Amino acid sequence: MSEPDTTIGTAPAETVEGFSVRRALSALGRGDLASVRVLLGIAVIWTIFQIANDRFLSAVNLSNLTLQIAAIATISIGVVLVLLLGEIDLSVGAVSGLAAGAMAVLSVQQGWPPALAIVAALGVGAAIGLFNGFIVTQFGVPSFVVTLAGLLAWQGALLWVLGDTGSVNLPPSIITDLTSTFFDPAIGWALGIGGVVIFAGVEIHARRRRQAAGLGVSAIAGTALKLGLVAAAVIAAVAILNADRGVPLAGLIVVALLVLFTFITERTRYGRHIFAVGGNVEAARRAGINVTRIKLSVFTMASMLAAAGGILAASRLLAVNQQSGSGDVLLLAIAGPVIAGTSLFGGRGYIWSALLGAVVIGSISNGMDLLALDSDVKFMITGAVLLGAVTIDAVTRRRREQSG
Amino acid sequence: MDQSQSTAQPSGTDSGSQPLLALKGFTKSFGPVAALTDVDFDVSRGEVVALVGDNGAGKSTLIKAVSGAQPPDSGDATWDGRPARLRTPHDATSLGIATVYQDLALAENLDVVANLFLGQEEIAGTIPGVTVLDETAMEKKAVELLSSLGVTTLRSVRTEVAMLSGGQRQAVAIARSLLGDPELVMLDEPTAALGIVQTAQILKLIKRLRDRGLGVIVISHNLANVFEVADRIVVLRLGRLAATFEAEDTSRERIVASITGADEQERATEDTQL
Repeated sequence: MSEPDTTIGTAPAETVEGFSVRRALSALGRGDLASVRVLLGIAVIWTIFQIANDRFLSAVNLSNLTLQIAAIATISIGVVLVLLLGEIDLSVGAVSGLAAGAMAVLSVQQGWPPALAIVAALGVGAAIGLFNGFIVTQFGVPSFVVTLAGLLAWQGALLWVLGDTGSVNLPPSIITDLTSTFFDPAIGWALGIGGVVIFAGVEIHARRRRQAAGLGVSAIAGTALKLGLVAAAVIAAVAILNADRGVPLAGLIVVALLVLFTFITERTRYGRHIFAVGGNVEAARRAGINVTRIKLSVFTMASMLAAAGGILAASRLLAVNQQSGSGDVLLLAIAGPVIAGTSLFGGRGYIWSALLGAVVIGSISNGMDLLALDSDVKFMITGAVLLGAVTIDAVTRRRREQSG
Repeated sequence: MDQSQSTAQPSGTDSGSQPLLALKGFTKSFGPVAALTDVDFDVSRGEVVALVGDNGAGKSTLIKAVSGAQPPDSGDATWDGRPARLRTPHDATSLGIATVYQDLALAENLDVVANLFLGQEEIAGTIPGVTVLDETAMEKKAVELLSSLGVTTLRSVRTEVAMLSGGQRQAVAIARSLLGDPELVMLDEPTAALGIVQTAQILKLIKRLRDRGLGVIVISHNLANVFEVADRIVVLRLGRLAATFEAEDTSRERIVASITGADEQERATEDTQL
């Protein structure tokens, strides 16, 4: 349809010199643009709450926010994986509760070593995910239905596991340490700066390799902007967290998971195939990709990450009860990545949207708690933000496709 | 009925040597429907053969038979003069036959490089359990491949396929089929959904494939395109080989007559347009 196929040459027309914001932005890779939009959104939200209550941006509150969103962000990583595949997992909330319940019962009532109970909880998640994937791939049942059934069934299983008391308190152990351990400021700085240096090294190495191969590289301004933003964010985060209790172990776990799964999705053949299945199953199949294997493994990882999120939530609450993993856990875990630009329709998204979305939702929730607003208002505002973010995303995508 | 086949040329006249692929007596039925009946067909290196015919004439069935997707009920194939087995897509691929279907099978969410190498990615190395992609090598090869094909309209090989025009997508799909170094490329309606400029570009690309010494089979409904690109035109009608023409020595009217069967009755005076 688009007639003006203006010839500019196959080879890297992205080799642009000079600086402009537009070029710098366009030089950022997949998902980067969406994340810049979300970061701006977070800046707006934080500004509003800071004006409304000057304790919002205090070190104590931001440190609390970090711990509050750790569980949801972890669950959301799994949701992103499933969404990339073009599927959905509605059971992540219930699975997080059931896995935490299993862990609590095993460690407290059955006397298992806490570490072993954690492994067992992750195993429960893996088994459920494998089951979901099996039903989806072998019987062609839509994942929406399989996991909707799971949402009910695993909640029932949690009630059964918890038994008559309906609640298990967690005494201090490595389980509770997960969210109550804070690193010494010096270690915090070492982790933060080390991370930035590694990130910069990877980026610069990739740039060099492209240049050596005679490929165009994005404007140096783009790389510099990206590195600068990441370094500033990490340094600010470490400084703020150190001003309170230090960098929390839970935060480090979440970041490590984000980095690991970003690597898997963006840099490995397996990750490429996840995107391919989510974009065009038939094309993936004809390219020789084992679609069944991809789906099975992604559902398994998603449920394991849900279990990991459930463990973090239980660790923070110091208990598992009948409400664990129910309520808005599921919706927030799915809404977060979608707010941050991961498509519900498969093939488009990025792992960090799990964190960014959790920050948006967590900030709104935390800010409104500070303002002592009721949950009625909280739910409505969170809903409005979700709708607004997804609408903006849909509009920009449509405009982009028209211009393409 | 066989009178029209008198126009058929002996095989492989262009190269003088034996054909790259020769089919003999290909027959395929779907239940009571005879989709192909006793079809002989061949294509040589450096030759573009157009496969034309009305809907249901058996063009796609023939392509699918050659690609191994739907093996024929009977018939023999030879590759470079040697008997060849074409029972599965893998048989065809390993012989060196690549097929670009009409739906292209591209993942719109991935960029050009990712689509070109989908399922045959370049690997930088493996850490236990994971295989790391070599994006630099893939991008370099992609740029080289596309420019060697004269595909010059892509702004960047890192563009998402969703943003490409129909012609660019077709070019990507064709380039993708070349990555396995095939000797024969089959294209199903490569210009069906394209505008004038894009059609011209794809036809140019097909000529480049021929100039590289590949055998090319093109299915097309558009006779103007067929005449522009084909060396030989094979007409199928109702699952049978109706006629074979050298593109230089024939006319649009004779092709149409052959497609419609008008040449079998006493030469119809006027041919209907397709």
